[in-house]
Amino acid sequence: MDYFFQQLINGLVLGSIYGLIAIGYTMVYGIVGMINFAHGDIFMIGGFIALITFLILVSIGMTMVPVILLLVLLVAMAVTSLYGWTVERIAYRPLRQSFRLAPMLSAIGMSFVLSNFAQVSQGARVKPVPPIITGGYTLHDSDNFAVQLSNVQIVVVLTTIVLLAIFTFIVSRTRFGRDMRACEQDQTMAALLGVDVDRTISMTFVIGAALAAVAGMMYLLYYGLVDFFMGFIAGIKAFTAAVLGGIGSLPGAMLGGLAIGLIETFWSAYFSVEYKDVAAFSILIIVLIFMPTGLLGRPEVEKV
Amino acid sequence: MEKTARPLTPTLSPQAGRGSMAFILKKAVISALVALVLFFLMIGIRTEAGSSGQLIYWTRFGELAAVVGAVFVGSIIIELLRRWIGPVGSVELPASVRGGFAVLGRFLAPALLIFALLVPVIFYNERYLLDLAILVMTYVMLGWGLNIVVGLAGLLDLGYVAFYAVGAYSYALLAQSGLPFPHFIDTYPYVALDFQQLGPWAFWVLLPVSGLLASLWGVILGFPVLRLRGDYLAIVTLAFGEIIRLVILNWQDLTGGPNGISGIPRPTVFGIPLTPGEHGFAAMIGVPFSPTHRLVFLFYLILALALLTNWVTIRLRRLPIGRAWEAMREDEVACRALGINITTTKLSAFAIGAMFGGFAGAFFATRQGFISPESFTFQESALVLAIVVLGGMGSQLGVALAAIAMIGGFELFRGLDQFRMLVFGGVMVVLMIWRPRGLIGHRAPTVFLQKRTEISSSLVKEGHG
Repeated sequence: MDYFFQQLINGLVLGSIYGLIAIGYTMVYGIVGMINFAHGDIFMIGGFIALITFLILVSIGMTMVPVILLLVLLVAMAVTSLYGWTVERIAYRPLRQSFRLAPMLSAIGMSFVLSNFAQVSQGARVKPVPPIITGGYTLHDSDNFAVQLSNVQIVVVLTTIVLLAIFTFIVSRTRFGRDMRACEQDQTMAALLGVDVDRTISMTFVIGAALAAVAGMMYLLYYGLVDFFMGFIAGIKAFTAAVLGGIGSLPGAMLGGLAIGLIETFWSAYFSVEYKDVAAFSILIIVLIFMPTGLLGRPEVEKV
Repeated sequence: MEKTARPLTPTLSPQAGRGSMAFILKKAVISALVALVLFFLMIGIRTEAGSSGQLIYWTRFGELAAVVGAVFVGSIIIELLRRWIGPVGSVELPASVRGGFAVLGRFLAPALLIFALLVPVIFYNERYLLDLAILVMTYVMLGWGLNIVVGLAGLLDLGYVAFYAVGAYSYALLAQSGLPFPHFIDTYPYVALDFQQLGPWAFWVLLPVSGLLASLWGVILGFPVLRLRGDYLAIVTLAFGEIIRLVILNWQDLTGGPNGISGIPRPTVFGIPLTPGEHGFAAMIGVPFSPTHRLVFLFYLILALALLTNWVTIRLRRLPIGRAWEAMREDEVACRALGINITTTKLSAFAIGAMFGGFAGAFFATRQGFISPESFTFQESALVLAIVVLGGMGSQLGVALAAIAMIGGFELFRGLDQFRMLVFGGVMVVLMIWRPRGLIGHRAPTVFLQKRTEISSSLVKEGHG
């Protein structure tokens, strides 16, 4: 039972990271109806920016961990947002009126560009960082197994909750959130009513990228490494999470993220580590067969 | 910033002031500033794991300045080009030129075919070029195979490489170890199916077997995705491709895992091995042995396989099933209303497309003599899909030309080493923006009612049916 609880904690932490990435997918899909293939690589770039910022801050002699973390978070979010914005501007906007396959292929191309850009500029080797947040609590200690809750895990989950609260506020209460939901329903009508559609779509990409940057930083804190290839698998899994939760639905993305994190962790713990990705992808296929609209998605009405 | 950076998108109506020098400079400065922020950390600082495991970093402001400068200059050049050439897509060729292209197009296919037949003769002494030609033909075949699924049936498949892998591994495993289930069956009946007894005929027996196995997997993939459309379909096929690759990678007992399989039997000229010995092909026809013979043979083999794919596709397009594919691509709902069986239509597209992928895979295995999961990554799928889309989705000639351009271009950039994929990704983005409907746009249905009308692909929901 203790083992189970430990895996539950690990799964929830991993799920938080997937959920943060999945929100970016689901938002973009909701508003422009395309799979932003490069989003996983934006997450990877976020991890790299966080790593480099952290390294600089430490080397100029900063020692207060909370300040460092906050600064790293802000820099990573800001710079990665700009990546998201640029990608949309260069690769997606010119193709918005094009046929459906075009933006998708453009996104695949962009994904190659980003991951290989990281490889070329930062080298192909895995970049390890020493544990930044150390320590933790022992929740329950039986004779042979102790359930640990580390401070990193607390930070990851708390950051996710805080950001989700801010994000939910933005989407449901602010002018921008209203614009976004309007564009999601009907872009032409939104434009007629004075919503700047281009700007709203840009901002959607920016927010998605900022959340992906947070996920990248959390990944760095939690696993203590980044590499240029981590965006691909994480991206597909986060997309799986978005689909599982019902694409287009924001709470669904988070829920799906948690589900994928838990499934993956439990699968690794009880079955086999090698096939954890196979498990996650199989879940995607099974979900789409039996629940094509996901857990919280609305059924798609077919108009002729 | 929002407003000033707008012209990054191609504008259809050039407004006054947009072409002025001040405007261009302003835009270039903004682009350079954006680039500075983007690249300051990623290029300006280089991190590396130090000798004792800790991270070290050093600055590279020279490179940073060069890249930012390049963005500045590039932005000006692009803006000037746009000013001179005019908005994207507004160039109308005069009728005479277009007629000339049509004539050229009619002769291009036979000319290419004749050239392909003569390649081994012309480049007999250039091993490298022959190898490259074989590679190009492999991708032409993969492109034509995927074209059935994506171009004709309109089913977006991002995991086509899975079938390529199934074909390659089927051939490799069956040719090496007989029926690959000695792990499960301890007793002897499996020897009855030992393909090693086939000796030199192994390839010719196993080629169709590999194709059939791949098409079986096509059907296995097809069933669950019958109800899915568009992007969902794309992502499921991608997941399927990854599952196949991960299983191959991790099922070490059977596939050798990351080490792959080596010593795969080489092809024979219908039972006559291409070896220097007495019973070799060279001795048989009475010429001195040369290793180039195998390359020449492999080239004609893949050419024949590719042409088979092409021929089957062209024939199928004229059969009811081909018509049903194209109808399904245009509008699935209408198709269903007209009583076309969507299940068989989709499954047949997957199965036939996968079968040719399997043939190509078996050929790949026999050509290389060694296969490993590394050859079957998502990048391959993306490459083949890029070939099909750039070829114009449904145009056989376009796919062939796109394969030549892509693989040839890929080879040209071989010297760039790690920059190669960066360039490939960039080219994919640029080509999509420049010609979203492919280099040779042609996806009109084969049959028309009453009048020949042009069907613009922008009106059709791609991959949506």
